[in-house]
This record gives sequence, C-alpha cells and structure tokens, in this order.
Amino acid sequence: MQLTINGKPRSFEAASFNVANLVQNLDLGGKRLAIELNGEIVPRSQFEATLLADGDQLEIVGAVGGG
Amino acid sequence: MSDLLKIADKTYRSRLLVGTGKYADFAQTRAAIDASGAEIITVAIRRTNIGQTAGEPSLLDFLPPEQFTYLPNTAGCYSADDAVRTLRLARELLDGHKLVKLEVLGDPNTLYPNMIETIAAAKTLVKDGFDVMVYCSDDPIIAKQLEDIGCCAVMPLASLIGSGMGILNPWNLQIIIENAKIPVLVDAGVGTASDAAIAMELGCQGVLMNTAIAAARNPVLMAGAMKKAVEAGRDAYLAGRMPKKLYSASPSSPTSGLIA
Repeated sequence: MQLTINGKPRSFEAASFNVANLVQNLDLGGKRLAIELNGEIVPRSQFEATLLADGDQLEIVGAVGGG
Repeated sequence: MSDLLKIADKTYRSRLLVGTGKYADFAQTRAAIDASGAEIITVAIRRTNIGQTAGEPSLLDFLPPEQFTYLPNTAGCYSADDAVRTLRLARELLDGHKLVKLEVLGDPNTLYPNMIETIAAAKTLVKDGFDVMVYCSDDPIIAKQLEDIGCCAVMPLASLIGSGMGILNPWNLQIIIENAKIPVLVDAGVGTASDAAIAMELGCQGVLMNTAIAAARNPVLMAGAMKKAVEAGRDAYLAGRMPKKLYSASPSSPTSGLIA
C-alpha cells in the first residue's frame, strides 16, 4: 500500500491496516499528535476504526516551540 | 488584593504570556518560562518528524500541558484556511482545548499580519467554538471589528515580530485600549523590560513575547526581568500616574522652615 505522509510517499507491506497500526508502525505510539486523513481530522478515539486505503494522504502533527 | 487577568472566563495571576521558540534547548525553555512566571505559553503546530523521533524528548515532556495553559498558534500561516486547519488540528492534539492564538501573516519579510484573512479566519473559528486571541495590526477600527466578531482578546503588535523595536505607536494602542471591552495584550515587538512596563502602563491587560527573552544573552535572567516589568507596569497603571506638569517644577520638600 502506498501512502503520502507529511508530503512524502511511503510504501507499506501490509495490504490492510488502520490508523492505530500506522502510528505503531511509525514508532509514534504514546506520542501526543493529531492526524488528518485526506483533509479530515481523525479523532484519537477513531484510530482503530479508521482503515487506510492505497493513495491516502496523511498529515501527522505535533506541538513544537513557537511564539 | 487580587488583580487577575481574565480571558474567556478563566483567570490568571500572570499577565506575561510567553512563547516557547528560539531557545537553545528544552531545559533552557523550561528554566526561562519558570523565571517568567507565565501561565499561558504559546506553541506552534508542525509536521512530526517521521522515523526520527522515537525516544527523542519533546517540548511537551518539559512543559506538561497539565501545568500550563497552552496557546497553540498559527505562525507561518498566510491564509485563513491554513490558520483554521492548523487550529482544528491543535484542538485535536490538545484534547479539545479551545483557547488559541490566531495570526495570519501577509508578508515573509515583515511578518506583518494580513487583517483581511485574519478577520475571515476569526469569524470561522468563533463560530466553531474557539476562544480566539488574535494577533493584529494596531488599527483601532480593525481591533474593534475583531471584538465584534467575538474574539476573546485582541493582541496588536507593538512593532514587527522579533524586531525588539519596542512600542512604536503608543497612541494607537491607547485608542484600542480605551475602545475595547475585551483584554488588549501587546504581542510582538517588545525588546526589553522597559517596553513591557510601558505597555502595561498604557493599560494593556498583558504582554506576549518570545524573542525578547529567548534572544537575550541570558534568557533566564531576562525572563525574570520581564516578570517584574509587567508587574511594575501594571501596578503603576492601577496606581495612576501623577499628571505631567510641563515647564513647571514642584518641590518635594517643604518650602517653609528653611534656615536662611
């Protein structure tokens, strides 16, 4: 499966997985982040239930220092 | 006497709001913020570094959201749509947190705000239930419009972001303060402690700064100086300054009982 994450293409072996699986796969488990899937926010409570499909665009963001 | 800053139905003891950018490291960020006494701290929302962040400390490890009121910003956004999108992500990131700092920039050189886009974003965000503290130009008409839209605080610039040039137009700030029924905070341009004190003496409800502390030679010492300056300026405002007497002196000591 091919996904675009934070503007960069990434390939995954698995044919079917959800947002929670992706977070684990990217070593982001336990981190405070917010995820947008094809322009729509995926609430944390929906990570398990949200299946990803080939071609999906994801934004994964966190808080950083700023004024 | 309790003189509290009230923003969107929540009260704060500190009238100094600080940013978390431009520090040498997270430990220095934390030390400076502790010295500033700030309760509200701004953060930016950015793409997570995929594959490079495992085990790496994050800002939130040093500044737990339980200990501070986070004020996510829209720094770097040049359109209303980008700003709204960023703050919706921030709300999800911070578990439904509603208090945000809206800024929509108009020019990468001056970082001057684009008020047309800012107003459009403010309308959407207020309708969407956000408590919007809004960075704006020091135009009294714009400030009033932002208040009428339903923003919970207006934050006019004292001078350009990161410039440290201080308060360039105290007269405009004063008109904004006199017309506003919501808190007015100076955001951007403060360079040193006296600038913060002047902002507070003018009647601002608070001051928001980042670079003035982070870019000082000793940020932690400057953070403490800013804390005192904001408190001193506030007290001076509340105390009510003596009237200025142009061209006429008035002795402080008795004029009678002189030995000669």
